[in-house]
Amino acid sequence: MSDVIIQPDVPETLLSDDAVEGKVLKRVEIDSHALNFGPQHPSAHGVLRLILEMDGEVVERAIPHVGLLHRGTEKLIEYKTYAKALPYFDRLDYVSPMCEEHSFALATEKLLGIEVPDRAKWIRVMFAEITRVLNHILNLTSFGLDCGALTPALWGYEEREKMIEFYEAVSGARFHANYFRPGGVSRDLPDGLEARIAEWTVEFPKWIDQFESMLTENRIWKQRTVGIGVFTTEQALAWGFSGPCLRASGVPWDLRRSQPYDNYDKVDFDVPVARHGDCYDRYLVRVAEMRESVKIVAQCLDRMRPGPIKTQNPKISPPPRAEMKRSMEALIHHFKLFTEGYHVPPGATYTATESPKGEFGVYLVADGSNRPYRCKIRPTGFAHLQAIDELSRRHMLADAVSIIGSLDLVFGEIDR
Amino acid sequence: MIATLSNFLFHTMLGHVVLVALETLAVLVPLLLGVAYLTLAERKVMAAMQLRKGPNVNGPFGVLQAFADAIKMLTKETVIPSGANRFLFLFAPFLTFSLAMVAWAVIPTGNGIAVADINVGVLYLLAISSLGVYGILIAGWASNSKYAFLGGLRSAAQMVSYEVSIGLIIVSVLLAVGSLNLNDIVLAQRHVWFCLPMFPMFILFFISALAETNRAPFDLPEGESELVAGFFVEYSALAFGLFFLGEYANMFLMSGMTSILFLGGWLPPVGIAPFTWIPGPIWLIVKILFCLFCFIWVRATFPRYRYDQLMRLGWKVFLPLSLAWMIGTAGFLMATGLLPHQGVS
Repeated sequence: MSDVIIQPDVPETLLSDDAVEGKVLKRVEIDSHALNFGPQHPSAHGVLRLILEMDGEVVERAIPHVGLLHRGTEKLIEYKTYAKALPYFDRLDYVSPMCEEHSFALATEKLLGIEVPDRAKWIRVMFAEITRVLNHILNLTSFGLDCGALTPALWGYEEREKMIEFYEAVSGARFHANYFRPGGVSRDLPDGLEARIAEWTVEFPKWIDQFESMLTENRIWKQRTVGIGVFTTEQALAWGFSGPCLRASGVPWDLRRSQPYDNYDKVDFDVPVARHGDCYDRYLVRVAEMRESVKIVAQCLDRMRPGPIKTQNPKISPPPRAEMKRSMEALIHHFKLFTEGYHVPPGATYTATESPKGEFGVYLVADGSNRPYRCKIRPTGFAHLQAIDELSRRHMLADAVSIIGSLDLVFGEIDR
Repeated sequence: MIATLSNFLFHTMLGHVVLVALETLAVLVPLLLGVAYLTLAERKVMAAMQLRKGPNVNGPFGVLQAFADAIKMLTKETVIPSGANRFLFLFAPFLTFSLAMVAWAVIPTGNGIAVADINVGVLYLLAISSLGVYGILIAGWASNSKYAFLGGLRSAAQMVSYEVSIGLIIVSVLLAVGSLNLNDIVLAQRHVWFCLPMFPMFILFFISALAETNRAPFDLPEGESELVAGFFVEYSALAFGLFFLGEYANMFLMSGMTSILFLGGWLPPVGIAPFTWIPGPIWLIVKILFCLFCFIWVRATFPRYRYDQLMRLGWKVFLPLSLAWMIGTAGFLMATGLLPHQGVS
């Protein structure tokens, strides 16, 4: 009757009074081991470090450690002009650069109080959707890779390459485009690009069908994802989920629909929603979103008309190169814009867009100078990452990996 | 001259040793070359399935890649983790590798052509492949790493469960043959290969072979996305290379077993003129290559099973199915009087 085992590492305050006095005869055995998952783990999606407390193969607790990719982006932006702050957004979620730029461009435009030309809006919507497809391909295929399906990943890279070439055609860069600008986009679409994109909108749905034939109805894939990492609607809302992860839990919430920006109110698209909130539903929602994105891109191409691609205010948009050679005033504007930058009237805004991963928001405070006073970035993945403990509890190690894959975590934006 | 040589080889003790050594080399050298090129073939075949080229820099079509890999393996440093059991850590890869080689002693490549044409060939193969789990288990334990340990535990459970169904499937074949001798098993398929009357067992055997060799979609012991590299996560250089060679040699072995048990070994598909011109070993190699292609094909196609799902599949699906088939075969053979005579091999 005297063998009360109290683990030495349990503080006395956590034990019941009976246990402290030695009246409880329950034997406490803690048999778990900690597994250091990452940051060099192949499924850590970059630099995720998870401390997994395991009971054999079962995850008892998952503690994410963040900050390994912290670069101080928000602070750096405070020391840059608005134009120079924009490239930092490419480097946040480096899988969907233009969507991140979109938030910052919209926030700055709101503070400046300027209107964007219609063609620029169409171009931005089109490239935001191309970016969504880029992001979802990488996520879905690497999710497959996490579960051991090797081939979709390679097929996906082949297809991504085509979209990256669209990026290259408009901005000259394959990833870090720096293409959206407060006031429009940096330059017009080159000749022939519209035809290439139009061709792609016809071809790409066939690729989605092929890709789905590898996974969607695959029984092993279903066994690995159905019922894994289930989040109810209430849980998803309570943990601050957004984007496909929230829609997979049954909430038809999409910022493109609920508070449209640019020309999203003029295009016709569906918001895919699933009910179960498991990994499989997150997968299905993303596949359906890719199909919707292609539809939006096709509509953008249809409705795009020639016209200016940035606001015609010379105090905000740099003049064309030819103009600079002729006009003294244009030269002065150019010089001022690229040294001092434009001054933004005092004010604050929280502007969010529906990035491929969910709600990506920028809280921008301007003090009337040429630099933001504060730029707080609301990363999408951070909210998803914090739920990892809840999602993977009492699942097996392999499930924890597929949950990480299904949440679409990119550490550039989580750590900022 | 020839007479002295044959006298030395066939009538002296030392000559016998030399002869056995030569026989062994005759099996091992092609096998090791085959293993080296299997790694290349896997990369090439998977590359073709994944819209890429695969190794193509070393030699024409990358044919020298296998040697480049071998030289790399040999010249790297062997890192032994602190806290590892040095002896067992180095012993495990040798065990895995040598077991994968030893099993080839009984595989017949033609009528009666085997290093050891023994009457319990099937039992010998089962015993050797069962021992294979020790190498993995020892490696997992001796590395003193949690990932390796989990990998070792997984493989122990996995290989033991699938051996049970493999054993029962083989018993069904043996019932139809009436001998444990691999040569007799092949000869019994003169009229019809066992893969036709026992088609479900052929499929089960192939899937179990995937699990037995830790290949995708059952590559849990080394499951890259979960356990990084599983039981050989701490291995480098030659020790890693031996595991690698052992795994691929095991693939060869299981393909060889599939060919002998179900695809008629060295026999041609039909015993008529144009097919019988091609020698038996070529037929066996073609069949083994077909099985290996399927191994690679499966790897490029399917996601990985989860550990508990794998065990469920093994114990709740494969075991009852193979047991029922075995009983059905026995009953059918008894009822129709086709049961092979006892004691006649």
